Amino acid sequence: MESYDIVIIGGGPAGLAAAVSAKRGGISSILILERDRELGGILNQCIHNGFGLHTFKEELTGPEYAQRFIDQVEELGIGYRLNTMVMEISREKVITAVNREEGLFEIRAKAVILAMGCRERSRGALNIPGYRPAGIYSAGTAQRLVNMEGLMPGREVVILGSGDIGLIMARRMTLEGAKVKVVAELMPYSGGLKRNIVQCLDDYGIPLKLSHTVVDIKGKERVEGVTLAEVDQSGKPIPGTEEEYPCDTLLLSVGLIPENELSNGMGVEMNSATSGPVVNESLETNIEGVFACGNVLHVHDLVDFVSEEAAAAGKNAASYVKGELRAESARTIRLVPAEGVRYTVPSMIDPDRMDETLTVRFRVSAVHKNCFVSAYMDDERVVRRKRQIVAPGEMEEIRLTKEQLLKHSGLKAITVKIEGV
Amino acid sequence: MYDVIIIGAGVCGAAVARELSRYRVNACVLEKEEDVCCGTSKANSGIVHAGYDAEPGTLKARLNVRGNKLMERLSEELDFPFKRTGSLVICRDEEGMPALRRLYDKGIENGVPDLKILGGEEVLEMEPNAAENVYAALYAPTAGIVCPFSLNIALAENAYMNGIDFKFDTEVQEIVKIENGYEIRTGNGTFQTGYVVNAAGVYADKFHNMVSGKKIHITPRRGDYCLLDKNAGSHVGRTIFTLPTKYGKGVLVTPTVHGNLLVGPTAIDVEDKEGTNTTAAGLDEVISKAGQSVRDLPMRQVITSFAGLRAHEDGDEFIIGEPEDAQGFIDCAGIESPGLTSAPAIGKMAAGILREKLHLEEKDDFIAERKGILDPDTLTKEERAELIRREPAYGNIICRCEMVTEGEIIDAIRRPLGAKSLDGVKRRTRAGMGRCQSGFCSPRTMEILARELGISMADITKSGGASKLVVGINKDTL
Repeated sequence: MESYDIVIIGGGPAGLAAAVSAKRGGISSILILERDRELGGILNQCIHNGFGLHTFKEELTGPEYAQRFIDQVEELGIGYRLNTMVMEISREKVITAVNREEGLFEIRAKAVILAMGCRERSRGALNIPGYRPAGIYSAGTAQRLVNMEGLMPGREVVILGSGDIGLIMARRMTLEGAKVKVVAELMPYSGGLKRNIVQCLDDYGIPLKLSHTVVDIKGKERVEGVTLAEVDQSGKPIPGTEEEYPCDTLLLSVGLIPENELSNGMGVEMNSATSGPVVNESLETNIEGVFACGNVLHVHDLVDFVSEEAAAAGKNAASYVKGELRAESARTIRLVPAEGVRYTVPSMIDPDRMDETLTVRFRVSAVHKNCFVSAYMDDERVVRRKRQIVAPGEMEEIRLTKEQLLKHSGLKAITVKIEGV
Repeated sequence: MYDVIIIGAGVCGAAVARELSRYRVNACVLEKEEDVCCGTSKANSGIVHAGYDAEPGTLKARLNVRGNKLMERLSEELDFPFKRTGSLVICRDEEGMPALRRLYDKGIENGVPDLKILGGEEVLEMEPNAAENVYAALYAPTAGIVCPFSLNIALAENAYMNGIDFKFDTEVQEIVKIENGYEIRTGNGTFQTGYVVNAAGVYADKFHNMVSGKKIHITPRRGDYCLLDKNAGSHVGRTIFTLPTKYGKGVLVTPTVHGNLLVGPTAIDVEDKEGTNTTAAGLDEVISKAGQSVRDLPMRQVITSFAGLRAHEDGDEFIIGEPEDAQGFIDCAGIESPGLTSAPAIGKMAAGILREKLHLEEKDDFIAERKGILDPDTLTKEERAELIRREPAYGNIICRCEMVTEGEIIDAIRRPLGAKSLDGVKRRTRAGMGRCQSGFCSPRTMEILARELGISMADITKSGGASKLVVGINKDTL
């Protein structure tokens, strides 16, 4: 059986950054397995700019951003296989994969980095009633058709969901000649980045209807229209508020779901808030030597943060292979998401294993203005950051230092919360 | 001039065609849609009923029990998924017992084997997720589950292999009695035939009433369903029914042959024979009623919802045979539940009538067996490796949720009566039926369809007709 020190599942931004970092960490036996026909993942269809401001201090398009990492992978001589689907990973880190050239094959790994990304929530998951004609696409599928195939999914478009892909596609479809009539959002706030609301909707005069949803889809063969209605606080449509929108296309941008079928199959413990693995400070799952990063771990807002997180996973995997990642001690400290915080990544910290500083990423559960992001060790507040606004669509982070943790002997939990609301 | 024209390529039309293809006969199936299995046959519970529901002595009772018996051998001959998983009708209190016993008695009278009434504890032992307050249940071990698409497609393919013609996109508009038969006018030409088989589903009353004075009336009775992720597939191991009402068998919860969990249907009478739209009220009803027989249903795992139309005839009975005043016109009308189960028996019955009337002779070259699309998951690792060496397309996964390979999709397109649309590929291979609901694979499946059919990506449809998936190329209106 072929064997590698580190096998990375997925050649998108997370997998690429993890590979580069692991290589720089001193591991030469690395293999990336990618199911698509090229490296770069979903960035290849994100031809808009806005990528890389944090990582490269310049604005790049998605393919440009990906190419920076692909170039590094090539320069560093990191191996990869394309058009290769991983079918199964065993707890013993034997990977079963399939492709056209090699057929079904197995690879043994000392460490595995899970970087499979996420998928879009579909219409079915929302149980939107109506017909099931052609012309209903998830925003990402439409993005692929437009940006990679040059095909127009429709002319008159309604978008449900104000996730970033939906907002980006509102602009994209407009630039390609379609009329985007409205973006409807179930929640009373947008699920996307503020800058995307401004640059993709406001600049093109596309209305955003908050607290609205699709209650009916018309058209037996091709979409002929959708009905929007306002929803109450519990998200239920309010009778009498229905409005008809004639259109030939409904795009859905209603959430992303980490693709953890392989993780589940190998028995990785999951976090129900993120739908991703539970990880410690090393981004290691409950299975020793199995790491996770990027959107398979939790859905990110900016790819720059994916790269940063994946680099940490790659570095830690390299340490693990070299035998430098200490065995977990009994001193694990839990990170507890409290008021206004949905989850944290990681979920626990072993102070003996952590670097001098550790970035903890999380999402808030509602929009708050003029509040504080706080972290408590026991009763002592160790972080208090003023925020003008926090929103579920944007990821938040705090940094903890090893020094802080070591100061609190016997510390069991660190609580992260939003205060002053 | 054909000997026989069958209207409709749903499961009944295909079953009649397959049985008829045993004989020397010049026959053709006319279908208004672009593919087989596009109406009621594609949107139902996929249940092979045991046969205790229908009133003793009715065609529904007789053909259900016979169809159930035929299904196993048919699934072997025609290579479609069928599992005899058993069913339970759940009764939640003593008040329901007379109705449950009546079902048992009907089952015995109908000739259903091995029926048993189980106590609540026994039921919970078999199905730990049955409603906690289950009082008793009727257990029918002969009930089963089948892939409705595969059954329909297999019957049609086998009929075609044995010489039956199929014409798609051919909607029957008018049927006129002529000397020695009928003239059938369609949107795609006019055909003459000695005999007609009316297997037109919810439209069967329309065609019957064109030739017979003894009018029938079919009400499309809509059923909304929710399909759950395979993660929820083992929530129950058998089909779980509530006690039936006058509108049918109520909302059931069942595993599917492919490992999903199916919940539904409602029973809502509608006017529109194409009214397959789900409604919020319908889907809510499915969710609330399913909880009556099964607890802790993980409704957050719903991956899609859909609705089908049952062809409910006013007389509440299958109408099979020749109306007194329309010689040569054979109805297969009012085929609602247990229609899918009964289809193999309906096929035999209708073909039997035609054999007698036309004095048909059996062919000696009838091919009874048909191979389905090869699913690489059913192979050993060695066999699979060998397959990919021979046919590398079987190493290229297109649908990542259902792990469908390019090889399977190519087979679905190239085989007799092959797929021409995204839905055609989906029903044959399951590509796009998984948890992402074709988000990732649809552009790639479109690409394969375009290449195999020699057409442009822009001409690929979801399901034929005006269901084009894309409307043009970028900036073409600017």
